[in-house]
Amino acid sequence: MNSPVEAAVAVGTEDRGAELREHYLNVSYGVKSWLLTTDHKRIAWLYLVSISLFFFLGGAFAVLIRLELMTPQGDLVLAETYNKLFTMHGLIMIFFFLVPSIPAVLGNFLIPLMIGARDLAFPRLNLASWYIYTFGGLFTLGAVVAGGVDTGWTFYTPYSSTYANSHVILTALGVFITGFSSILTGLNFIVTIHTMRAPGLTWFRLPLFIWAHYATSLIMILGTPVLAIAILLVGVERLFRIGIFDPALGGDPLLFQHLFWFYSHPAVYIMVLPAMGVISEVITCFSRKRIFGYTFIAFSSIAIAVLGFLVWGHHMFVSSQSVYAGMIFSFLSMLVAIPSAVKVFNWTATLYKGAVSYHTPMLYALGFIGLFTIGGLTGLFLASLGLDVHVHDTYFVVAHFHYIMVGGAIMAYLGGLHFWWPKMTGRMYPEGWARLSALILFVGFNLTFFPQFVLGYLGMPRRYHVYPEEFQILNVMSTAGASILGVGYLIPMVYLVWSLRYGAIASANPWRATGLEWDTPSPPPTDNFSTTPIVTREAYAYSLQEAERVV
Amino acid sequence: MSQHVILPQRLYFRVFAALLLLTFVTVAVAYIDLGPLNNLVALSIAVTKTVLVILYFMHVRYSSQLTWVFVGAGFFWLLLMIALTLSDVFSRGWLPLPQGWEAALGWVPFA
Amino acid sequence: MSSEASSALAHQFDDLAQQSEAATLGMWVFLVTEVLFFGGLFLSYIVYRASYPEAFASGSHHLDVMLGAVNTAVLIGSSLTMALAVHAAQEGRRREVVLFLLGTLLLGGVFLGIKGIEYGHKFAQGLVPGPSFVFPAPHARQVQLFFALYFAMTGLHAAHMVIGIGVLSVLTVMAWRGHFSAVYYAPVEIAGLYWHFVDIVWIFLFPLLYLIGRH
Repeated sequence: MNSPVEAAVAVGTEDRGAELREHYLNVSYGVKSWLLTTDHKRIAWLYLVSISLFFFLGGAFAVLIRLELMTPQGDLVLAETYNKLFTMHGLIMIFFFLVPSIPAVLGNFLIPLMIGARDLAFPRLNLASWYIYTFGGLFTLGAVVAGGVDTGWTFYTPYSSTYANSHVILTALGVFITGFSSILTGLNFIVTIHTMRAPGLTWFRLPLFIWAHYATSLIMILGTPVLAIAILLVGVERLFRIGIFDPALGGDPLLFQHLFWFYSHPAVYIMVLPAMGVISEVITCFSRKRIFGYTFIAFSSIAIAVLGFLVWGHHMFVSSQSVYAGMIFSFLSMLVAIPSAVKVFNWTATLYKGAVSYHTPMLYALGFIGLFTIGGLTGLFLASLGLDVHVHDTYFVVAHFHYIMVGGAIMAYLGGLHFWWPKMTGRMYPEGWARLSALILFVGFNLTFFPQFVLGYLGMPRRYHVYPEEFQILNVMSTAGASILGVGYLIPMVYLVWSLRYGAIASANPWRATGLEWDTPSPPPTDNFSTTPIVTREAYAYSLQEAERVV
Repeated sequence: MSQHVILPQRLYFRVFAALLLLTFVTVAVAYIDLGPLNNLVALSIAVTKTVLVILYFMHVRYSSQLTWVFVGAGFFWLLLMIALTLSDVFSRGWLPLPQGWEAALGWVPFA
Repeated sequence: MSSEASSALAHQFDDLAQQSEAATLGMWVFLVTEVLFFGGLFLSYIVYRASYPEAFASGSHHLDVMLGAVNTAVLIGSSLTMALAVHAAQEGRRREVVLFLLGTLLLGGVFLGIKGIEYGHKFAQGLVPGPSFVFPAPHARQVQLFFALYFAMTGLHAAHMVIGIGVLSVLTVMAWRGHFSAVYYAPVEIAGLYWHFVDIVWIFLFPLLYLIGRH
């Protein structure tokens, strides 16, 4: 009982009546009450279940990839199969897990709660988004079952539009459809944040989670339609042989890459900005301090969203894009480092002299800061035109973006899931198991991906199922790490499900956190608040004095 | 707020007349040789018509600043996408192809 | 507030003003995505036209300026009737709302009809891109690019028209049944925004596709 938060967890028993009280989970039962719900909290659960399924499917492809790469020879799968494995791993993880992960689950659940609203602005649209997502997912699953697709998740033309002999159209349709789910979610968030804040909740009293999601939503609505049209054109070109990107007609395959990366580079920020929002909440709660530099963190989210749209050409440095454009894009890419660093510095400053306690969400948050920093700094290497020419399409790139996406986005997703689990379920997760699995994940992650930096630097190209023998040791390390990582993902799966029934009853505010979502019971009633809250304070009114008094 | 402003009906007819007139002008000008100015005129007229529709038919002139911001953002992002892509397309030919490539390809991309 | 208006208030909103503000903002945000959606096609158009100006001019000469101009006028007319429908809704004149919406639907139908005739001509002339494309003149391959863009852009625009006609049909029935009033007409208003946007797309498509190098 040596930290203020633990003390609070122990005394947080005033809400024993959760089983009797009516809340959003027990207000109605049955499959229909879930599939036809317009409650943002239930829709968050629909997403949670579906993205978890896709996560484990995408993970299964990763397992096969790592198994194949344990030996230098192509002894497990054929080259063609391997192409399909990494394509579907990327497609599923990006479009069906990472992009919806934090926004559609935590964002959906928390945005109305955090701003003191009864629901999102368009509840039926919200449900429709989930159906659209599922519908798109079925197309993609259909493509997987039918034999898969082998273009790489990037669908580069003219291979995808003319030469590939796999299920490009089916997959492209899946991605196209799912894109609309993303657009509608972003639209819903933007309108909700603009029009539905509780009285007194001015923009600069908003939790940083909300700022992060606002910035994310901007990217969703501005970027996703461009991906949609690019993918649509590939599909149409393939179907009718009309050749918009076909060099034989004078079409320009690089035009496709421009359209594709205009979305797909900012899409990285769709994955990592909400993660940053989670980290801002968790760091300040478990440091018992006001966040350092609120305004800077808030505006850095917007800055990342805007600058993120100016840098896509760094994916095309060796694509025969003009070298002059390459220079511009290289320079602009450096700018994104500024708001990213602003965030990291401010989180670190928040930790400084805070009453830090190491609960599971905090472990994930600290892991995020370290891994994101490594991922971000190696991103600067790759954004440097001259250096990228050498490590382009090597495992250096693979390691870099996995540090951002797995080390960053997924760590934050899990951290956020643990942080708000008591609110979502009314139950605590088992802290011991949770800390253990956070540790396992951290070790497994680094063992998996750090060797890949070295491999890439030594020149091992990505997307091949065979490699020279001198790379084997590092690849075996990576595969060993991946198996640890896999265990690390399975443990939370088990204990979180277990806690739904057997977890300790959670109080309304087990972390003694600030924020409107903690003012309402766990789990919240369907309408979120019995009376509309009135906000009179800034966010994160934590005080160290109070923390010391409790100890 | 747009929903609180009720414009006089004749305003809509005037805007309609202006749009028709501009359509006629754009067709007429297309048949006069102005060199590169033809494109400029055609686009200026299209932009003018768009602004008329947005301001009056879509009531943006009487709408909140937020609406202005979103309308502006939409077009601004479109311009960003076009400008940065064209920075590649137009400068691609500045460096000559390495010797022999032209013969090997049989054609010059974006010459 | 009348009872019919309060029944139109969804539970998550405090009042109709907030609801209507959310609906309008939502439509504008959606239109921003539409700008970028069509934007990808406009970008493709710019890149290819800058690269192959002669091919684009000769492709454009195979489009019918007269039909294009008439269609422009028809669509602008439909925008007028749409704006008048919103105006009538603001003043709570149910009959006029229905009439102007019907007028908009009619003009939208005329537009699609003329478009269909044009498409028919292109099919007959073998100007539909794909293996059957024939163009007995120089730059045939790049002219095919022009027509690929022509069909992609006008096709996507026509798809938006069809969706708009569907939405307006529903609204016409709702207006006829008296769902709207001077305090609650947000659906008519935001459908109007969508319809005007579709009009704007055509305002650009017409000169860009039909009027290249006519002199």
